Amino acid sequence: MSTIFDGLSLGAIYALIALGYTMVYGIAKMLNFAHGDIIMVGAYAIFTTLAAGGHIGLALVVAVVVCVVFGIVIEKVAYKPLRGSSPLAVLITAIGVSYLLQSVAQIIFGAKAQTVSMVSFGSMKIGSAEISIASVITLVVGAVIMAGLTLFVRNTRTGRAMQAVSEDKGAAQLMGINVNRIIMITFAIGSALAACASIFYLMQIPSTEPTLGSMPGIKAFTAAVIGGIGSIPGAMIGGVLLGVVEKICLSIPVLAPYTTAVEFAILILILLVRPIGLLGKKRREKV
Amino acid sequence: MALLEVKNLEVCYGVIRALKGISFEVNQGEIVSLIGANGAGKTTTMQSIMGLIPIKSGTVTYDGQVINKIPGHKLVPMGMSQVPEGRRVFQEMTVYENLVLGAYAQKDKKKIKDDIDEICTRFPRLGERKKQVAGTLSGGEQQMLAMGRAMMSHPKLLMLDEPSMGLSPLLVDQVFEIIKDYHKSGVTILLVEQNAKKALSISDRAYVLETGAITMEGNAADLLNDESVKKAYLGE
Repeated sequence: MSTIFDGLSLGAIYALIALGYTMVYGIAKMLNFAHGDIIMVGAYAIFTTLAAGGHIGLALVVAVVVCVVFGIVIEKVAYKPLRGSSPLAVLITAIGVSYLLQSVAQIIFGAKAQTVSMVSFGSMKIGSAEISIASVITLVVGAVIMAGLTLFVRNTRTGRAMQAVSEDKGAAQLMGINVNRIIMITFAIGSALAACASIFYLMQIPSTEPTLGSMPGIKAFTAAVIGGIGSIPGAMIGGVLLGVVEKICLSIPVLAPYTTAVEFAILILILLVRPIGLLGKKRREKV
Repeated sequence: MALLEVKNLEVCYGVIRALKGISFEVNQGEIVSLIGANGAGKTTTMQSIMGLIPIKSGTVTYDGQVINKIPGHKLVPMGMSQVPEGRRVFQEMTVYENLVLGAYAQKDKKKIKDDIDEICTRFPRLGERKKQVAGTLSGGEQQMLAMGRAMMSHPKLLMLDEPSMGLSPLLVDQVFEIIKDYHKSGVTILLVEQNAKKALSISDRAYVLETGAITMEGNAADLLNDESVKKAYLGE
């Protein structure tokens, strides 16, 4: 019971990160491999704020602002000039940005892991199960954020413009949509979600290092691919699925050492059966 | 007065010169056609006017203002609207959502709603299928949707790129009736067509485009009777 619960809340973290991958892919048609490192940027923003004596609420705000600024600047400086060039060039640039962020973090904060003085939330008992309050907060807030995002994309003018750009950039421009602005907004939203993910992540493991974002980044990317890259509900389902599988594997002693292997095996299996992912859409070719 | 004036427009795809410096104009209140075979540069012309592909040299003037350097999305609120080749409706969105996107520059929700009602009277089929996903519409219905969507921005200049493509003769007639009718409401029309006969029959003037250059121009009626046009484009 508590395993499932922890799995759901870890899944919510993966889902929040996966949304950043999937939205940017859907709209800018690029894999932003530096996205995982935005979580690291958020974690250091939280670390610094808390170390300076700031409240955890303030830390969250600082993390969101810093991550959004990073997301927008990275898009403007590194990706925008490459728009329309080969996908390989963009992919390599993204990997370069990822190393750049990690290296700069290492220069500023050092390579060693540092403990983040997070507030401890303790746990509560429901029946016989002991449930961590951090997990509850993660799950509830994560769900609210994702519901909000879904409503935003479906029902607002900007959300509809995002859908339009994701489907056909040229036609979107003919509607009078500023495609560059929509791409920028997408990066900003993705980064804000990553900032939220970083605070939830620190609530589970209160320690940060320059390579903090790598593993959750890869897991979340896997989640996005499992769900069908480009699909928002797909990223949520993929993230939750991966989180639950991870926690279940970790709770079974025989399987525990192979947890990561199991997760990627699931990815391979799903891609074998359904190459476009669970909720991915096959684009019809235009005549 | 010319509402749209294109001067020495040159567009290149890599080393290939798709448009070799073409000039033409569309006067206020006219229907002007650009006819020509596949690959003549008609769609390239349309896309470069709306900023979808970069111009190498030349100028495009709209309503007395040079628009080459204006980002394409800003041209829509200025009164330019285009129905692109292949319709390009948003397949995964409903008819209603497509129409709402057509009014992207319009922020008044009440006005958008009224305009959608008006479009649905003009195109009853769209009204019946408001909630249907656009990708499930037939080709003809998608063409109607693309036209309705372009009309949502209340253009002064409506540009249509191959509206008859892939439609049955009956539907082609319908589409041209709609264009004629819409023109009567005071909108200037620039039409690109392979179906030269149909296009010339509703146009005031026309230009013949051949491998990136304009080879003929004149009154539509004259071109309809021109021997070389007849031979090359009307199949007579």
